[in-house]
Amino acid sequence: MTALETVELGLPTTIGTGLAHIPHLASDAPAQTKKDFTSDQEVRWCPGCGDYIILAAVQGFLPELGLRKENIVFVSGIGCSSRFPYYLDTYGLHSIHGRAPAIATGLATSREDLSVWVVTGDGDALSIGGNHLIHALRRNVNMTILLFNNKIYGLTKGQYSPTSEEGKITKSTPMGSVDHPFNPVSLALGAEATFVARTMDNDRKHLVEVLKAAASHRGTALVEIYQNCPIFNDGAFDLIKDRTQQEARLVHLEAGEPVQVGSVEERRTLVRGDNGELFFVPAAEATPDRVIRHDPYAADPSQAFAISRLDGPDMTHVPMGIFRSVDRPTYDDRVRAQVQAATDTAGGPATDDDLDALLRGRDTWNVG
Amino acid sequence: MSSKTVQQLDRVVIRFAGDSGDGMQLTGDRFTSETAALGNDLSTLPNFPAEIRAPQGTLPGVSSFQLHFADHDVMTPGDAPDVLVAMNPAALKANLADVPRGAVIIANTDEFSSRNLAKVGYAANPLDDGSLDSWHVHPVALTSITVEALAEFDGLTRKEKERAKNMFALGLLSWLYHRPTTGTEAFLTKKFGAQPEILAANLAALKAGWNYGETTEDFAVSYKIAPAPMPRGTYRNITGNVALAYGMVAAAHKAQLPLVLGSYPITPASDILHTLSALKRYNVTTMQAEDEIAGVGIALGAAFGGAIGLTTTSGPGLALKAETIGLAVSLELPLVVVDVQRGGPSTGLPTKTEQSDLLQAMFGRNGESPVAVIAPRSPVDCFDAAFEAVRIATTYRTPVIILSDGYLANGSEPWAVPSTEGLPDLRVSYASEPNAVDDKGKPVFRPFLRDPETLARPWAVPGTPGLEHRIGGIEKADVTGDISYDPDNHEKMTRLRAGKIAGIAKSIAPLEVDDPSGEAEVLVLGWGSTYGPIAAAVRAVRNTGTKVATAHLRHLNPFPANTGEVLRAYKRVIVPEMNTGQLALLLRAAYLVDIQSHTSVRGLPFTTVELADVVVRALEDLS
Ligand SMILES: Cc1ncc(C[n+]2csc(CCOP(=O)(O)OP(=O)(O)O)c2C)c(N)n1
Ligand code: SF4
Ligand SMILES: [Mg+2]
Repeated sequence: MTALETVELGLPTTIGTGLAHIPHLASDAPAQTKKDFTSDQEVRWCPGCGDYIILAAVQGFLPELGLRKENIVFVSGIGCSSRFPYYLDTYGLHSIHGRAPAIATGLATSREDLSVWVVTGDGDALSIGGNHLIHALRRNVNMTILLFNNKIYGLTKGQYSPTSEEGKITKSTPMGSVDHPFNPVSLALGAEATFVARTMDNDRKHLVEVLKAAASHRGTALVEIYQNCPIFNDGAFDLIKDRTQQEARLVHLEAGEPVQVGSVEERRTLVRGDNGELFFVPAAEATPDRVIRHDPYAADPSQAFAISRLDGPDMTHVPMGIFRSVDRPTYDDRVRAQVQAATDTAGGPATDDDLDALLRGRDTWNVG
Repeated sequence: MSSKTVQQLDRVVIRFAGDSGDGMQLTGDRFTSETAALGNDLSTLPNFPAEIRAPQGTLPGVSSFQLHFADHDVMTPGDAPDVLVAMNPAALKANLADVPRGAVIIANTDEFSSRNLAKVGYAANPLDDGSLDSWHVHPVALTSITVEALAEFDGLTRKEKERAKNMFALGLLSWLYHRPTTGTEAFLTKKFGAQPEILAANLAALKAGWNYGETTEDFAVSYKIAPAPMPRGTYRNITGNVALAYGMVAAAHKAQLPLVLGSYPITPASDILHTLSALKRYNVTTMQAEDEIAGVGIALGAAFGGAIGLTTTSGPGLALKAETIGLAVSLELPLVVVDVQRGGPSTGLPTKTEQSDLLQAMFGRNGESPVAVIAPRSPVDCFDAAFEAVRIATTYRTPVIILSDGYLANGSEPWAVPSTEGLPDLRVSYASEPNAVDDKGKPVFRPFLRDPETLARPWAVPGTPGLEHRIGGIEKADVTGDISYDPDNHEKMTRLRAGKIAGIAKSIAPLEVDDPSGEAEVLVLGWGSTYGPIAAAVRAVRNTGTKVATAHLRHLNPFPANTGEVLRAYKRVIVPEMNTGQLALLLRAAYLVDIQSHTSVRGLPFTTVELADVVVRALEDLS
């Protein structure tokens, strides 16, 4: 067999501008408000569901993008969280279980002028749709994926999910789950996602900050949002929501800053050990050359991955924020660029004559 | 030119057979091109193993290419070869049963070594033991003569020289049937332009084959087949897969919309993906997805965005796409799904043909989820079927499944190339403004307010101001499209969706019956690729002075409005299918008529003789 050739793609790419080519509101247009993004549909989540807070945050934040709302599309799968699009007055497609990333890939690639958002759950994205998720991430299609992680199957009434802890007792695991869970951030980094972040339903300010960064990222942005399901998995995130415990557990990732946890008095700093392993030491004991400074822009995802591994089922340390944000040519830009390049080389869009030439091919003969 | 006898024939069937590595498909392709250029009508049937390179010289490794050409119109690749070119003992053994006694066998004696004979279980060499006495055998030392002819090519190894033996065979056959070789020379020049020595060797082998025919006494007669009378026009030869790809491109062009393909490779559909991938300049976007589900998801996402969404696959892939096709039924968006059928179940016979996905196409989804189903009847007809699929999909906002099959996909025939200008205009309009008012008199957009004629809902693509709306797979309220669990609404929507598909029948031509005398008592009704064999069988029966009618279904769902009437007008309706009776089942259920179901699942198209015999026996039965 002959080895296949590869070519230098060398095609134009738009870097770092996730909202480029999407029509924005005219500068003199009246400012949009949350109301403009609120549909007339009655919201049907259970009282107290974390989805409400996320919805309100998204509705409140979308006006900040300054996009024409007809150019925004929310695509979702199936699950409680996937009902999201119905409540937003944008274009929306509530699809089937797990397939939203694939459908959104078709839409985003064929329509450069749309801001495409995927809303999915831990079951939707990581069980049935795991394949589509990792392929969207590796391709780097320009879209933002909001993964609502409540560590449970909500809509089907409380079975364990691929993010549920080992030993978890649910309807389908009366003796405790023996499934080892995914860490969605580690998974995404492993799939070479270019933007990976984690945030939480009850921290609106952080949520909006992360969403803003995700929207302006060109490529697939994966945002894991910890979301409480008060009906089937209540309190799943209490350890990091509880004010007295929070400080000791939450690791706020800030670009360029040391990775730290704990109150001012008990601050601990992340350092690298002799074998490359990361661990926290009291801030005062951290020697400067061993201190880990968070670098979401690093081309090599290893450090971001190592930070994602600080997390564990007991939530001793939970990193929050943007793990990775790097530029890589997007799949959709390149697909469109190839179509454009082929069209330009051929002298412009195909005319009837061009099509006639294609249909005839090179080997014709005439009769009569 | 030769001083040997030239005999005029009206038709010939040639089968090239050899090891997978012998280049038989290429040889067949080239002979086909030469034949097309001469103006014969033709039909081809490649037959190759699923394994890329099965062990050399073994029966599973045999690859063949059959070509039927004539001075009149050709309906099938031919039942039985008049000439078998057997490049090795395996090729002889695998094909001999199909070759009638008296036919010509050209065998490459070099390969009939005791080792090769043993590999396929020949105790003695059939070329010497008299077992082929009833055939007209030409033993030709194809390999060694080729190597000898290339003696002066010092830069080539013996292996490389041997590889040119298929060109020697092509040259010999070209001489035997008076085919011009200029096209093949041009083809080789293009293919091996960068390797001048290999090019020269292939050209020399081709020439040597021709000269061998002309000089050896073994070939005393050569044959001419006059061009077939064909309607005026510019012709080319085309396979079903390429015709289908071109049909989609042409239809999208006439719809003035981009074509977006989402696909996952699978035999025998992959060539459509390959062909379309090279046609980007025709506003074609192709995405090779991570699996079939993503392939159809991509197509559906693109359709939501206003493109012609296409996904191409074979039976196993159609199974995976089922849920998404159901979503498209519920969303009421246009979508074209191509299933190039192959033998099943499961992986089945990847490279062999079958028509066994009809029921899957009809019913292979959860819930009441009707889709339009159509089938091309010949390789060339794949172009028109693609066009029709796009018309139905965009007009009725529905998935349309095209059921091609392995025989159509790889088979080829001459095509009177249409002019783009003359093709139907398929332009569609997206919704651009509100289509209703709410109770307060405010203009609003109702995504499920239907066109009263077609029952199609508006195609409102993202980016259109004022028409923001949400759709999904949950049952929707009629008109508004809001989520609805109301029992009466679900009843209504289910029937509306079914009624919409049934209503497509109003836009299609009645089933046309070919019954010249109007007195036939037996009707042979087919669908898809059985068209050629049925037409050939009917012609054969009529040639004996017997009356028989025939009709062929392009639309499987819905059927043409007069189908029941046609069925009831005949004493006996025979439905030949390459499955175990799927169309028969549908027809019986829909029209409560009896059907004589004649079926076969051998991975091969019907032969004319077989079908003619079925008709004759039915006629005897009735008399
Ligand atoms: C093909 C298919 N299989 C199973 C289901 C049932 N189902 C619906 S949602 C769901 C799990 C949802 O869990 P998750 O994605 O975590 O969403 P949540 O409800 O927790 O927001 C399942 C199994 C389905 N709708 N479709
Ligand atoms: S089941 Fe849980 S996730 Fe679903 S709506 Fe109710 S609270 Fe929210
Ligand atoms: Mg969940």
